[in-house]
Amino acid sequence: MSALPTSVEEISTGLREVGYLPDSSTALVAYLATKLGKPVLVEGPAGVGKTELAKALAKYLGRELVRLQCYEGLDEAKALYEWNYRKQLLRIQAEGRGSGWEDVQEDIFSSEFLLQRPLMTAIASPEPVVLLIDEIDKTDQEFEAMLLELLSDFQISIPELGRVEATTHPVVVLTSNNSRELTEALKRRCLYLWLDYPSIEHELEIVMLHSPELPEVVARKLVDVISQVRELDLKKPPSIAESIDWARALLLLGADDIDRSVFTATMSVIIKHRTDLDIVAERVGLKLDGPGDAASPTATV
Amino acid sequence: MQRVQQPPSSTPGFTGSILAFGQELRDEGVAVGTSELLDAYAALEEVPWTSRNDVREALSATLAKSPEDRRVFELVFDRFFFRAPEAQAVRLEVREGDGSVRQGEAGQVDIESLIAQIAAALRDGDESAMRDLARLAIAAFSRQGQGSGVIGVDVQRIRRALGLRVEPQPDLAPDDPRAAGLPRDAIRRFEEILRRELDRALIERTQRLPPSRPLNELDRALPSGQLQDLAAVHRIVIGLKRRLATQGQEQRGSKRHAHVDVRRTMRASLQTGGVPVDLRYRPKRPRRPEIYVLCDVSTSVTSASLFFLSVLHALHDSFRKLRSFVFIERISEVTEIFERERDFKAIHEAIGRDAGVADVSGYTDYGRVWEEFLVEVKDDLHPRATVIVLGDARTNGRDPRAEIFGAIAARAGRTFWLNPEPRLYWNYGDSVISAYEDHCEAFECWTVRQLEEFVKALIQPITPG
Repeated sequence: MSALPTSVEEISTGLREVGYLPDSSTALVAYLATKLGKPVLVEGPAGVGKTELAKALAKYLGRELVRLQCYEGLDEAKALYEWNYRKQLLRIQAEGRGSGWEDVQEDIFSSEFLLQRPLMTAIASPEPVVLLIDEIDKTDQEFEAMLLELLSDFQISIPELGRVEATTHPVVVLTSNNSRELTEALKRRCLYLWLDYPSIEHELEIVMLHSPELPEVVARKLVDVISQVRELDLKKPPSIAESIDWARALLLLGADDIDRSVFTATMSVIIKHRTDLDIVAERVGLKLDGPGDAASPTATV
Repeated sequence: MQRVQQPPSSTPGFTGSILAFGQELRDEGVAVGTSELLDAYAALEEVPWTSRNDVREALSATLAKSPEDRRVFELVFDRFFFRAPEAQAVRLEVREGDGSVRQGEAGQVDIESLIAQIAAALRDGDESAMRDLARLAIAAFSRQGQGSGVIGVDVQRIRRALGLRVEPQPDLAPDDPRAAGLPRDAIRRFEEILRRELDRALIERTQRLPPSRPLNELDRALPSGQLQDLAAVHRIVIGLKRRLATQGQEQRGSKRHAHVDVRRTMRASLQTGGVPVDLRYRPKRPRRPEIYVLCDVSTSVTSASLFFLSVLHALHDSFRKLRSFVFIERISEVTEIFERERDFKAIHEAIGRDAGVADVSGYTDYGRVWEEFLVEVKDDLHPRATVIVLGDARTNGRDPRAEIFGAIAARAGRTFWLNPEPRLYWNYGDSVISAYEDHCEAFECWTVRQLEEFVKALIQPITPG
């Protein structure tokens, strides 16, 4: 038992090294996922680093990342496998008249004529991989049901070939923006991780990691403003990705403080809706100091 | 750290605790399966049991699998593992003195130095100091006799009395930690601790644990029951939502006519040597809105309207072609709010705030509502459309204008009325449901079961004619 806490630490520091700052629950769930071999379902608002987590895990574990981007109407042929019709046809045509149907049939339904799609690739890979099933909530329930076999037993049944079982255990990460309630059956098979917007300190760390040249005073003010903006009732609150973008924009502009003029000029980096722009300019923009008196930070509400 | 006290359970040890914990979660309406409990055990083996956070995260990762469940989980976890001594105390009727001891303890503390210590702890983010100081602050505060008994209010009062603010307070002495402003996170954390401590004091005072409201309470009486907890309503509707979704699917599936797009199929067949292996279909054309929902949000149906709004929410999730309206004296379309917002609470707030329900007198005017509704949707109503009214049909003595309602019902394929009052009260007082019943099917709907009955009727295929 005593060795295990260091392992959570290990995964935490490991993720840090590849540029992902996990909070304690993220590190723990990631650790459990590798340890128990269960898929992780990551939910949370857009842009809090759900996909990034999978990428970082792959990088940290030194595995290949196999990604399946979900969308409405995604079907087995695009997610699992497909028979390579063209090759099969060519094979049949190339075959002389002499050979019997039996031979040909056996031949064209072999793995040579199988086009592997992401899920199949992840299962069949001789090296262990990290499988990312992105935005699972975009697909329909039928597809979810199809995933069940894969997620619990790590195997795929192909009628013509039989069962393909995973030789290595992939780490599976599913992400969802919570736009649809997922089925109980799917949830039951997964560990659940809710990623929310990070705390101010945590976000500061993230911003500093991605743009270390930014003066800390500015970065601190930036995350402070961002957290204030998130508290407003916006259509699309700024995500972590947008904080980082904003930090980079400020760096390019060479800003050494976020005052009102800088904020108004660069606001569009973090706010992506017209109505939101107005709300933010009114509620947050006014609280910032005017361009002239940047020295005394007094809050005018 | 771990103060797990053995709850009465047949299985001894930690195993039994977890089982009892799972049972408690189930009682609160979280769907915890056996496989999930097994996962929880497996996960617990991998984390140090002495770390409270790790244990909680491991349990929540395996047991609570949605934001709503997570919220319930946090409550139950706290109550189950860290209220265990209190639960035991309540069971055994043990008291911690009668308050005078606590007051004496705080009497020796100088308020000024207390404030300074709290501010310093907040600045340094020292959590264990915060916890100790929170108790003292509460004791000192209650000694001044300002307690309101409402935890939320008290927390804010204490915070204000202590002068804890995010903004810098330049008029304070410069060596005061508050002068430069305190970190927002720490203040929030401190408030949380205060809340927990006050909660504890409340348990001591009332000799009861915080109510573990059985969620199936809602099954008994919706309009009269207290619906403080939005999540509670929502949880029940989620089940309904799923059923609606799957049943709707069947309906759509059996009616689907797929038209083969010959051109695209031919194009695709080139890949396979001219053999049309892959059939390409014409994209389905979007249909016009098919369900119209009118929801009364006036004061006479306050408790029920919350329920109705959550029903609306569920409907919106399942039927894409749905337009919804809320009304008191006049109607106001809220389809967009439902499409924009995912979160039920946000929707509820948005409707309360800017739905623009013209609420002049606060009394429902059904006649006017029908009139406006007819004008608004006249051209869209068609025999495949369904109109659902959620309301108590109490007109406050105004003209029911049943003929206009009749006109709406005639244009629409089917019309339903869901009345949150028991059938017994119908047509008493100013209830005029009988005038409308001629034009629609009226359902008594004040429990979830009755709602299910209605849903079954709703998804029945429309018989042509």
